[in-house]
Amino acid sequence: MGVVGQPVKRKEDRRLITGYGEFLEDIKLPGMLYAVFVRSPLAHGKIVSIDTSEAENYPGVVAVFTAKDLEGKVNDNPVAWIVPDSNQADVKRPLLARDKVRFMGEPVAVVIAESRQAAYDAAELVYVDYEDLPAVVQADEAVKDGAPLVHEHVPNNIALKWHVKGGDVEKAFSEADRIIKQRIHIHRAAPVPLEPRGAVAKYNPGKDKLTVWVTTQNAHIHRFLLSVILNEPEHKIRVITPDVGGGFGAKIPVYIEEAVVSFAAMQLKRPVKWVETRSEHFVSSIHGRDFIGELEFAVKNDGKILGIRGKNYGNLGAYYSTISPGCVTVLHGLILPGTYDIQAFDYEMYGVFTNTAPTDADRGAGRPEALFFLERMVDIIAQELGLDPVEVRKKNLLPPGENIKTVTGLVYDSADYQKAMNKALEIADYEGLRKQQEELRKECRYIGIGVVSHIDICGFAPSKVVGAVGLQAGQWESAIVRVHPTGKVTIVSGASPHGQGSDTTYSQIVSDILGIPIEDIELVYGDTDAVQMGWGTYGSRGAATGGTAVAKAAKKVFEKAKMLAAHFLETEEENLEFKDGVFIRKDNPEKKITIQDVALQANVAWNLPEGVEPGLEAEVFYDPSNFTYPFGTHICVVEVDPETGQVDFLKYLAVDDAGNILNPLLADGQVQGGIVHGIGHSMYEAIVYSEDGQLLTGSFNEYALPKAHLVPHIENHYTITPSNVNELGVKGIGEAGAIAAQVCVANAIIDALKPFGIKHLDSPYTPARIWKAIQEAKQNGGNA
Amino acid sequence: MEISLTVNGEKHTVDVPPNTLLVYLLREVLNLTGTHIGCDTSSCGACTVIMNGKAVKSCTVFAFQADGAEIITVEGLAKNGELHPVQEGFMEKHGLQCGFCTPGMLVLAYELVNTEEDLSEEKLRKALKGNLCRCTGYQKIVEAIQYAKEKV
Repeated sequence: MGVVGQPVKRKEDRRLITGYGEFLEDIKLPGMLYAVFVRSPLAHGKIVSIDTSEAENYPGVVAVFTAKDLEGKVNDNPVAWIVPDSNQADVKRPLLARDKVRFMGEPVAVVIAESRQAAYDAAELVYVDYEDLPAVVQADEAVKDGAPLVHEHVPNNIALKWHVKGGDVEKAFSEADRIIKQRIHIHRAAPVPLEPRGAVAKYNPGKDKLTVWVTTQNAHIHRFLLSVILNEPEHKIRVITPDVGGGFGAKIPVYIEEAVVSFAAMQLKRPVKWVETRSEHFVSSIHGRDFIGELEFAVKNDGKILGIRGKNYGNLGAYYSTISPGCVTVLHGLILPGTYDIQAFDYEMYGVFTNTAPTDADRGAGRPEALFFLERMVDIIAQELGLDPVEVRKKNLLPPGENIKTVTGLVYDSADYQKAMNKALEIADYEGLRKQQEELRKECRYIGIGVVSHIDICGFAPSKVVGAVGLQAGQWESAIVRVHPTGKVTIVSGASPHGQGSDTTYSQIVSDILGIPIEDIELVYGDTDAVQMGWGTYGSRGAATGGTAVAKAAKKVFEKAKMLAAHFLETEEENLEFKDGVFIRKDNPEKKITIQDVALQANVAWNLPEGVEPGLEAEVFYDPSNFTYPFGTHICVVEVDPETGQVDFLKYLAVDDAGNILNPLLADGQVQGGIVHGIGHSMYEAIVYSEDGQLLTGSFNEYALPKAHLVPHIENHYTITPSNVNELGVKGIGEAGAIAAQVCVANAIIDALKPFGIKHLDSPYTPARIWKAIQEAKQNGGNA
Repeated sequence: MEISLTVNGEKHTVDVPPNTLLVYLLREVLNLTGTHIGCDTSSCGACTVIMNGKAVKSCTVFAFQADGAEIITVEGLAKNGELHPVQEGFMEKHGLQCGFCTPGMLVLAYELVNTEEDLSEEKLRKALKGNLCRCTGYQKIVEAIQYAKEKV
């Protein structure tokens, strides 16, 4: 039995539990300077003047840069997703605000000093004179005529509009018994990794070489875009990813601060370091969600959904972030029909500029919002029709199968949604829960049951497809598997783990193929001078795309090792058996050679067959044929106290199907973390701006990341429906929990409120909002 | 000002400005970078260290307040290459992913297994509420500490 599929302990852990992790803040270079940004206190304003003289003369200050100093030397930060047929407005972000500030926290100047303290002190001495402009923060307000314009050349603040239509929508809606409508606002939250963002840049003028250490999920994308921004040739830039303390999407984008620090290092010819504070993180790192959907579902009285119609306003903030146009369109709309057999679909998606911090990928990027709309609507349909929400789901689930073409043009790789749902219902004793709910209501106790059937788009991705939908990048992944003379192995991957445990899972994959113990294998990643081109880790692509590349490379190595073993054992390959890392002659088991000895012979190359190259390594560039579509059913049970609006968790059960599981221990960790992310976004976390664009949730005092005692114990279960896209049969499991949990909790809470006549409530589900909803419902004649 | 303190069993005498925080003394002066900074409001707990037997957030302690104190940081948990049971527990139960909050969690766990008898899940979750983790969802941290309690 191999190690793939076993709960192997992580190889990454030892350095991290002994204090020897190497995070960005730990980097100190000789002569290093510190950068502090001067940020706009206003959401929207004209820059009248900037006076940097006092700051420049402050002891220890080496330089102060504003937009004027950058002019002609650098380019604006480009967007890396241009959605076709969306009329996407051409807006590029200046590295430092030019003429105008467009959100609170936008950098206007940077102070570079000998010490961090001096830089902070001097930043206070940069005087910026602004002329206040009216601001707009909500997407549906921003599109109205007469709303303040974030960018003067973008009418109604509409950055892009993308339309997906499939099937006979008119027919579906004309044949419907009922048309169920709901407006749903998924409030703004943020990915919030525990490690803040940061960058250290060093420039060697003699080599014309820029080295940038940066907290990123994708070093090569940073090199690519930094090259475009800085006019520095790509091969003269080295991006290095230290240990990265979580990303969740927040460390995908190329941020202007990273480019400014690089520019400063090149100008000053000294290393420059910048690490944001947590307060800076909240004003200037990307946020997520903030979708306002207006949805209409055409349904029959028996719960069958005939069609979906609707539109969404996705709040982009003041500028595009690196991939944000895709998050509010492609990654969102195409998956909206979910796991259901829906034959008609007509959906318009708007990306809207507002005077808020940019949004981008937040653990799921467009898909959690799609599933939130869908699964909330299914519960509303059930309530309107007087049906059980599970009955409605079962009536609409797609049948099991492979390569299922959806109304939006996706092809689901492998599906058995019933199996996951039935397993969840059985373990949770759904019937029993409903009976219990009925009984407790008689005692004026209100428990709610949320059931969701979730699906994700993972394994990013076929490059041709993502190119066709506008991503300005490829999405294949690369791997080198290199066996050293002593038989130890280095895997070099273009993926870039930051907590996922890929050193362990990739080593498991290679170990099984080459028969080499996992402790003799190590993963190298995240250094663009050491790693061939690759695209990083996000979109649950580490296993399905990165892992498959590793498996393919290991298999190539194995083929060569086998060929060489046959040569050294003076026989044919067919006459060889391979067991526990040893090639053995079938006809003469005394004659054998270990793979380590093959590696030594391959590397010294004293006796290789004619025409065979020395060395034992292989490189693979793997472009998947399709996305992968993990799915599952989650069930959440809560009790709501109607007197206080307090929510208590009674149960959280997850049945996930991510195809084959490489390491169940790590899979549980991914799902649990995702679920708590989703619960946080549903109940506790909210990015809130005042009407004039002041951020009111600028620290952990106001932005409530879930704490241990506020989240439930999670029961993890799995069904296994292998993907047919890759040879590992894996799908990806990084985002599923977050996607499912955000709406699962919402459904549970609103289900508890059903006796009050409440059909829908927008998030976040804080006690105050729930209590208020109950009071309002009571006044409107809701019984209970 | 001059401050003397013992960190992970080693005595140090340092001269730092009076407004120096303990976390900066540890990270910047003593180069013990295992202790992390995740916020600026004493909320996240990534900077937690043991001071005189108690877990404290070192971003909220002035260096001079630690004058004469015994400090244990994550670097001081393992002895002679032998992991402490809390470290073993985190490894065994997958109590960490990105590892950024982990040093704070580990030293808090160290205090808990040494001082608390009841480490039920409910009790532990409440005890962890001053330390944030974005990766794990906390469940495996709870299991890791319970594992460690069995071993001490």
